[in-house]
Amino acid sequence: MASLVGSRVERKEDKKFLTGKGRYTADINIANQTYAIFVRSPHARAQIKKVDTSKALKSSGVVSVLTGKEIAEDKIGGLIAGWAIRSEDGSEMKVPNNPPLANEFANFVGEPIAVVFAESLDEAKAAAEKVEVDYKVLKAVVDPAKAMDSEPIHKDVDKNLCYDWLLGDRKAVDEAFAKADKIIKVDLINNRLVPNAMEPRACVVDYNTATEEITLYTTSQNPHLSRLVMSAFGNVAPENKLRVVAPDVGGGFGSKINVYNEEIVCSWASKKIERPIKWVAERTESFLTDTHGRDHVTHAELAVTKDGKFLGFKNETIANLGAYARVFGTVTPTYLFGPCATGVYVIPAAYSNVKAVYTNTAPVDAYRGAGRPEATYTIERLVEKAAMELGIDKTEIRMKNFPSQFPFKQTLVHTVDSGDYVAGLEKAKQMADYAGFEARRKKSEANGKLRGIGVSSYFEACGIAPSAAVMSLGCGVGLWESAEVRFNPTGQISVFTGSHSHGQSHDTTFAQIAADELGVPMENIDVVHGDTDKSTFGMGTYGSRSLTVGGIAIVNACKKIIAKGKRVAAKMLEVSPDEIEFKDGEFVALKSNKKKTIGEIAFACYVPGQRDEMKSPIPEGDEPGLIESAFYDPPNFSFPAGSHICEVEIDPDTGNVKVEKYTAVDDFGRIVNPNIVEGQVHGGLAQGIGQALYENTQYDETGQLMTASYMDYTMPRADNFPEFNLGFTCTHATSNPLGVKGCGEAGAIASPPTVMNAVIDALGGQEITMPATAEKVWKACKAMKKSNAKAA
Amino acid sequence: MAKVTLEVNGKQVSKEVPDHTLLSVFLRDNLNLTGTHVGCDSSQCGACVVHVDGKSIKSCSTLAVDIEGSKVTTIEGLAKDGKLHPMQEAFKKTHGLQCGYCTPGMVMSAVDLLQNKKNPSDQEIREWLEGNICRCTGYQNIVAAVKEAAGKM
Repeated sequence: MASLVGSRVERKEDKKFLTGKGRYTADINIANQTYAIFVRSPHARAQIKKVDTSKALKSSGVVSVLTGKEIAEDKIGGLIAGWAIRSEDGSEMKVPNNPPLANEFANFVGEPIAVVFAESLDEAKAAAEKVEVDYKVLKAVVDPAKAMDSEPIHKDVDKNLCYDWLLGDRKAVDEAFAKADKIIKVDLINNRLVPNAMEPRACVVDYNTATEEITLYTTSQNPHLSRLVMSAFGNVAPENKLRVVAPDVGGGFGSKINVYNEEIVCSWASKKIERPIKWVAERTESFLTDTHGRDHVTHAELAVTKDGKFLGFKNETIANLGAYARVFGTVTPTYLFGPCATGVYVIPAAYSNVKAVYTNTAPVDAYRGAGRPEATYTIERLVEKAAMELGIDKTEIRMKNFPSQFPFKQTLVHTVDSGDYVAGLEKAKQMADYAGFEARRKKSEANGKLRGIGVSSYFEACGIAPSAAVMSLGCGVGLWESAEVRFNPTGQISVFTGSHSHGQSHDTTFAQIAADELGVPMENIDVVHGDTDKSTFGMGTYGSRSLTVGGIAIVNACKKIIAKGKRVAAKMLEVSPDEIEFKDGEFVALKSNKKKTIGEIAFACYVPGQRDEMKSPIPEGDEPGLIESAFYDPPNFSFPAGSHICEVEIDPDTGNVKVEKYTAVDDFGRIVNPNIVEGQVHGGLAQGIGQALYENTQYDETGQLMTASYMDYTMPRADNFPEFNLGFTCTHATSNPLGVKGCGEAGAIASPPTVMNAVIDALGGQEITMPATAEKVWKACKAMKKSNAKAA
Repeated sequence: MAKVTLEVNGKQVSKEVPDHTLLSVFLRDNLNLTGTHVGCDSSQCGACVVHVDGKSIKSCSTLAVDIEGSKVTTIEGLAKDGKLHPMQEAFKKTHGLQCGYCTPGMVMSAVDLLQNKKNPSDQEIREWLEGNICRCTGYQNIVAAVKEAAGKM
């Protein structure tokens, strides 16, 4: 039987989406439902002196109005920071309370204060206008770079500082820097981004007064985690009385990891008012309250020899957490960032110091790449600048510092199991016609245009997160994944996974894997996810973990099925289990060549009396049925890597930057479905190029979000991109049985420095901050003209 | 309240709705045609694109009463007799969708493009789809889908 793993199988999930039959949360309606509208703070920082709901309560169609006072009285807990981080001095991080409805202070524009439930959406909106909140407006802290010198916004959080974290050895770095011929320095801003999944957040809650069970339909990447947080920390309901369903979810990119205020409030309120509740965010609510990404202010230095060898690296970063620390908020700028700081290079001494600060802006959390784009941007800007300042070719300086062998033990944390960085960069050079660039630059010049080329070589640590590794770093969290493979008596199979697909194509890839393991057509397999009443507890999807963690759990469960199948087949064929071979869906007795298909075995496991021999096929010590589950905790991260090359052309008269060519060569280990992997790279590249050239989240000095709609925040569109040129090198991961590595975030990690290196190359080395908008680039072109004129 | 009568996906429908009811709301809430999505409320993202009298429009910024008597085709009305439309087939073949949220609008918009221009260039496709935002695909396989469908319609 031909292997399905590795083939371009069309997606099982496509037909429903293409015919309009997807079922997203906002598509769900429950009889007798009420509509929720949240009253949100219009101020970035204010004391809430009084909330008067009397007028709203009298408004037409209103069922209930609830505030932070009621939710506090009911002892409903707030939102949580999922990862504990310690400061360099050993002190624990400082985390303020984050109640689901603000009761005393509002700390960002859009923070919910009260909620109105009404018979119709129009009536809920009208009533929400009538909730009167008396605010004492306070001076907002907005700029992360100034946060530590500003008035603390939270009680007991001195200097607005959550932690001051260090990874690495300052002394070793000082010694390395003392030996350097040259120190390369950069000051960088990693611009704040809004993830912008196309489906706005939503929730629909149904409370069953008979069973006292709450069912929450929600836009989540991890329904079990939402249930856990709401139950263990939120006190909303015990886990067995809370069902969380994440049906079709229209993209997440990290913004749907957190359980949010609205889900907690609506679940709590549904029980209180004994009515179903529906809430759907408008796009501006999403901009204001979805967790944002990035937002670092960084100073970094690289110590080099004159012939381009790297000796040491240091990074001092201020990371903006926004108003509150959320699930991945504290770990994103530390353990997802620091360990990747030295990139794909041998750098004998390194440290990263991160100060995470609170500001009166929307909470910042994981966004596609989470920490690794920030790390890659820093090291790859430094390396490119080093090449420029030392007069060494930008690919040669990289080659010179790549590791010569794998496993590659890095200075800071990671031991990279596999890879071939030289092969990746060579292939990218060839695909991009790197050698022909000079001719293309001259041609652009002749047309009055500036052409630049940029390179970046990256690796990342994903497949989060091996518990042992994470625990040893002191994070107090580990992330395994669950799977269950359930044969029905007639041989159809349900594969349950704790991973969640919101675009990642699990219905297809997981079916491919299971079909190969079990030797059955993938049409016989349904992948089930997204419902806490169906699947065993699982961790969900983020950090490029679905295949490398969740997929391996499925493989392991399949292996248990085969092991049991062998025992059953052995009894049925009257041989010992070690004389049975399993191949292409059949259990074969090696000597007699008698066989049983896996379907026959499944049937026999469930319906033992219906067989010709009339005796049980279940061996002694085994139980009837054919269901196996597995929990998989990976031994290590997976380490995808690659090299990307970008060429841009700038029109100096307009400042417009055009991406002319983009070549991405990635190593994702063994590839399960090339169509899907390419799609993941395309999407990641679009988001990364978006960060480099278009997207920016802008707060004014009072903390008002200036970019809170698609009229103001530049989402990349089809005509912003050339056709991407993709290539792959495949070194199999040695840390998992499939040899796979994560592919979901790589595009967004590698592309911002690749594009910015090209833009800065075109601008003759002039530094420019992301996004390189036409205005900034035009100004840089003018400055360049002036300095050229002076030189002449 | 206003009475709105339309032909939606070949069927005559008539509903009494508030005057300010948007076509997107009319389709989703009154007809339960939830394939038409709302992604931005500001006529930017294109998840809500449907055809009115054969032309693609954004249903989130069209009042239902304003198109009284028109023929509306939504994503649910594109496949005929259980057979996918060539554009739907092409999106499937080229992996032109991931999370599926922008897909209905993207498909309806792309169908209109090919009605206007049989064999558009890559650049023409990209420019036409400027009013449809996709966050998942980076647009490359959507462009490939439109090229795949061209000539098959």
